[in-house]
Amino acid sequence: MSRFLTLLFREIKSYFYSPVAYVVLFFFLLLTGFNFFAGVSLLNRGPTEITVVEAFFNTVLFWFGFVLVFPLITMRTFAEEFKMGTIEGLMTAPVRDGQVVLAKFGGALLFYIVLWLPSLAYFRIFEWITGSEAARAGGAYWGSYLLLLLLGMFYLSVGCLASVLTRNQIIAAVMSFCAITLLFFMGLLSFIVLNVSPFLRDIVGYFSAIEHMGEFSKGIIDSRPVVFYLSMTAFTLILTLHIFQARKWKS
Amino acid sequence: MIQVENLTKRYAGHTAVNNISFEVGKGEIVGFLGPNGAGKSTTMRILSAFLPATSGRARVAGYDVFTHSLQARRHIGYMPENVPLYPEMRVDEYLRFRGKLKGLHGRRLRERAAEVKDLCNLREVDHKIIGTLSKGFRQRVGLADAMIHEPDLLILDEPTIGLDPNQIRQVRDLIRNLGKHHTILLSTHILPEVEMTCSRVLILNKGRIEASDSPQNLLSHLRSAGSLHVELKPGGDDAESLLRSLDGVKEVVAKPAGEWMSFRLRTDAESDPRESIHRLAVDRKWPLRELSRARATLEDVFVEITQSDDA
Repeated sequence: MSRFLTLLFREIKSYFYSPVAYVVLFFFLLLTGFNFFAGVSLLNRGPTEITVVEAFFNTVLFWFGFVLVFPLITMRTFAEEFKMGTIEGLMTAPVRDGQVVLAKFGGALLFYIVLWLPSLAYFRIFEWITGSEAARAGGAYWGSYLLLLLLGMFYLSVGCLASVLTRNQIIAAVMSFCAITLLFFMGLLSFIVLNVSPFLRDIVGYFSAIEHMGEFSKGIIDSRPVVFYLSMTAFTLILTLHIFQARKWKS
Repeated sequence: MIQVENLTKRYAGHTAVNNISFEVGKGEIVGFLGPNGAGKSTTMRILSAFLPATSGRARVAGYDVFTHSLQARRHIGYMPENVPLYPEMRVDEYLRFRGKLKGLHGRRLRERAAEVKDLCNLREVDHKIIGTLSKGFRQRVGLADAMIHEPDLLILDEPTIGLDPNQIRQVRDLIRNLGKHHTILLSTHILPEVEMTCSRVLILNKGRIEASDSPQNLLSHLRSAGSLHVELKPGGDDAESLLRSLDGVKEVVAKPAGEWMSFRLRTDAESDPRESIHRLAVDRKWPLRELSRARATLEDVFVEITQSDDA
């Protein structure tokens, strides 16, 4: 356990040692800030049934920034260790392969959480200025953040998988961007192609982050997406572990 | 400390290590020699539990490096070739990180970090970022990392490559001192270094062990061991044939140097014809200005062993 924590702390620290972290933080803040502004101005247009939480989490801009952030967070996790050769020092220390994979994933997840922290304040500020209790709709508020966490876990694990496949960070980023965009748009298949079979529509429905967010940001917390995202994350991480072992042995 | 049995490592298309077996006892300093691509690094990587072998077994401190990898790794301090380090970390931070990974905590960790920094002269760069350090310092950070958890066995892959002569001497002294308490397996291209530090030499060529002995024994068995240099002013032109007829002389190569003649003599390993050469020169009244025995170096051994099958 203490070895895992040692690895995890190094991962987190290495994010904040790199200028990339601050660039990502800055632009993510800018994007979510603008998105919040767009959400509020939508509410200003006239009477509406949606809450500020729903308005914030369901815009195109929100999803655009959302999909883009994962490759940036995960591209260096494994690729850099392979490229620098530091993997050799790391794996000749008495650490388990699983500890390394979990620490890298955990570090990415914590950075992702840090990325979202400022947005918590948006709703507080909204409340403070408008005096409206709308943002306090607990289910919608925490439901949205729960889904962000679940989605984040799945997409970060996909990013880790892409990073373990190559020693080039750019290739890792492109691969994870394509994979995540594909997963994301799979949920939109029924909107894009009109006459899909109902069976197929049901299957791709499980991947539909937009649909899930629509529900969760209303405060409807369905257990199916929770189980889906958790099991997909576990599956992808196990796959990552196996590829990591195979690659380590070939290097 | 190390037992290697029939170890083979095949990559797609070529065999890096071909069925080698050797043992290293506790307290030995063993030098791994061989041309580039001979399989030195591969063997070291297998021993440090980084790579699995294709077949064969390797045990360190009694633990199989593949099936009991974690236990074996606790006993090994490994310094990889080119010393990969995290460039964004500070020296002190890095050593503490590595110490913790290797199971040190609290006071023990602080003590060991301080000790290895003193041993490797890293005090002055304690708070510097590794990415800004010179090659020599990085090499020493790698060495400090390898020994921070007081491993029984140190595996050092080219510890002195890229260092200047002063730094090489420092590292050499350090290794020699470490050899009092640790077993050391090191690889290098710098042959005089092996002669000075190692108690035993393993010469690898094309994935096989070609020689395994102390540097002294290797030198005495060398074919070119008996080599003499003679310079004299001969009266006639029969000097060459007279020298050749001496007992134990196998080959004479003559080279004129003005009025003088320079001869290179190859002799049997056991015989020493210097006395008879002196007597010959005195009898014939040839002025003799040089008579010396060329000392074979490990370089000769290396060249002879690693090139014999190409020639």
